[in-house]
Order: sequence, then structure tokens, then C-alpha cells
Amino acid sequence: MKNPIENLNKVFDSRIRLGIMSSLMVNEDLNFNQLKEIIGVTDGNLASHLKTLEENEYIKVQKEFIGRKTNTTYAVTKTGEKAFKQHLDGLEQMIKRMT
Amino acid sequence: MEKDISAIDTLKDIKQIMERSSRFISLSGLSGVAAGICALAGAWFAHPFISGNAPAGKEDYTYSTLTIGDIMEHPLFTIALLTLCSAIAVAFLFTWLKAHQNKAPIWSAASKRLILNFCIPLVAGGIFLLRMAQMGYFELIAPGCLLFYGVSLVNAAKYTLGEVRYLGYAQIALGLTGCWFPEAGLFFWALGFGILHIIYGAAMWWKYDKKS
Repeated sequence: MKNPIENLNKVFDSRIRLGIMSSLMVNEDLNFNQLKEIIGVTDGNLASHLKTLEENEYIKVQKEFIGRKTNTTYAVTKTGEKAFKQHLDGLEQMIKRMT
Repeated sequence: MEKDISAIDTLKDIKQIMERSSRFISLSGLSGVAAGICALAGAWFAHPFISGNAPAGKEDYTYSTLTIGDIMEHPLFTIALLTLCSAIAVAFLFTWLKAHQNKAPIWSAASKRLILNFCIPLVAGGIFLLRMAQMGYFELIAPGCLLFYGVSLVNAAKYTLGEVRYLGYAQIALGLTGCWFPEAGLFFWALGFGILHIIYGAAMWWKYDKKS
């Protein structure tokens, strides 16, 4: 049998990154402040985790202007969605193996 | 890295975050109870101003003989407006308290989505009913309120606690039944907005809020 750990994604090891992905999976897009509220982390912490996800091309970043202020929104990419689902499958297999 | 978190805990985290970010779940059961009490009080005050199913003194009006001004001057309109405002105010208060307790934001993407989807059928229905009142179809106003309110609840249920849907179904059923009992308009109205709210609110409080 295939090792379920193979399906687990290293990128989602972090609770914060997993939180970002979970909330973006059920929302079309969210901005920085909304993510901060949902996950409850500091600016710097959130920014660095968003960066990692962006570098892996799991999320896409969109900057737009509302008046003079920039509004940065985040959304999952196709790659990110696939990786997240695979991670969930991995977790499911782990649970099945435990019981 | 938290390697020792079990897979089940991780899935619980994911589920919780998905719910928190897509639904507004701070709706308090006490909001329902309080709004129901307001509705019953409103019905009590409105009672003397209704003769048959029409506003007292306006029984003979039909087909566009009433102006919006006529409607707004009638004491029933004031009572209805006060009832609505006090119900919204107390409902908001208890939900705000619950959100505050849960440290959940009250003005979030989820709550905005909830309010928007709740208000679309409700505002459309409200305007439609105002026009019906103007044309003198008083007997359908009370069932219409229940019907449109029920549809709004069913529509909003996707964005908050799913049980709201059942309150919506009950209001729709009551509204439709009420269409065939035009003389009992206020009774049905009080049953739906008063009693059903109190029962629903108490049940929700029992299920979700009792522990805290």
C-alpha cells in the first residue's frame, strides 16, 4: 500500500498556511485584513506565510486601487486547489489507517 | 512545525476555519426570542387599529385610492415601523454580544454576505406589499409579510446557521395558509413573527448558546 504520508504536503505543515488555504477554498477572494481576522495572526507572520504560498503558486495575489489605497486580495490557484485536496486525501488515509 | 498534531485535529481546524470564514455563525438564539417578543407586543398595540383585515378607517379603499402619504400617516404604519426597528435593535444586540464573546468580527465578509442575501427577497417583498397596501389588498399584507420573510430566511440559511432554513419553511407554510384565512391576518402574523421566533430562538439557544 502507498504510504499516506506521501500525500501530505510539506507546505501545509504550518497551521497558518493551512488556515489561509482553508479560508480561501470557501471564499472567492479575501483581502489581507480579512485573512488576519479569520486566522488571528500578526501582520508580519501572515505576510511571510502568504509569500510562501505565493512562491509555490498555490495562491494568486491581486492588487487594486480603491481610491488611493491599495487593496490586496488573495485567491487560490488551480494548483493550490489540487494540492489542498490531495493533502486532505492524505489526512483521510491517515485516519483510516489509525482506526 | 507541529508534526504531532493528529490528522483529526488538523481536519477539525480546517473545518472550523472554513465555517468561520464562509458563514456568519454568531447569530444568537436570544435574538430570535427577543424579536419574537417585540412582534407580539407590536401585534398587541396594532390590534385596536385593525378592523376586519384592513387598517381602521380605510376599509373601503380599493385600487390606488390610497397614497403613500395616507399609508404613512396611519397609526398602523408607525406601530409597524417601531416594531420592526425595536426587533432589529434587540436582535442585533444579542448577536453582537455573542460575536463579541466569541471574539468573532460582526462586520465581516460572511456577515455582509448574510445581510445582502437576506435583504434581497425581503426588500423586494416589502416594496411589493407597500404597493399592495396602496391598491387596497389589505387581506394579503400579513400573509405576504410571512411569505417574503420565509423566503428571505431560506435564502440566508446558506450563509449562517443552517437551521434558519427550517424557520423559513415554517414562515412560508404559515404565510401560504394565511392567504386562505384573510380575517385572521394579524393572528397569523403574530403566530409567525412572534411565537415561531420565540420557539426557534429558544431551540437555538438551547442547542448552541446554553453552555457559554
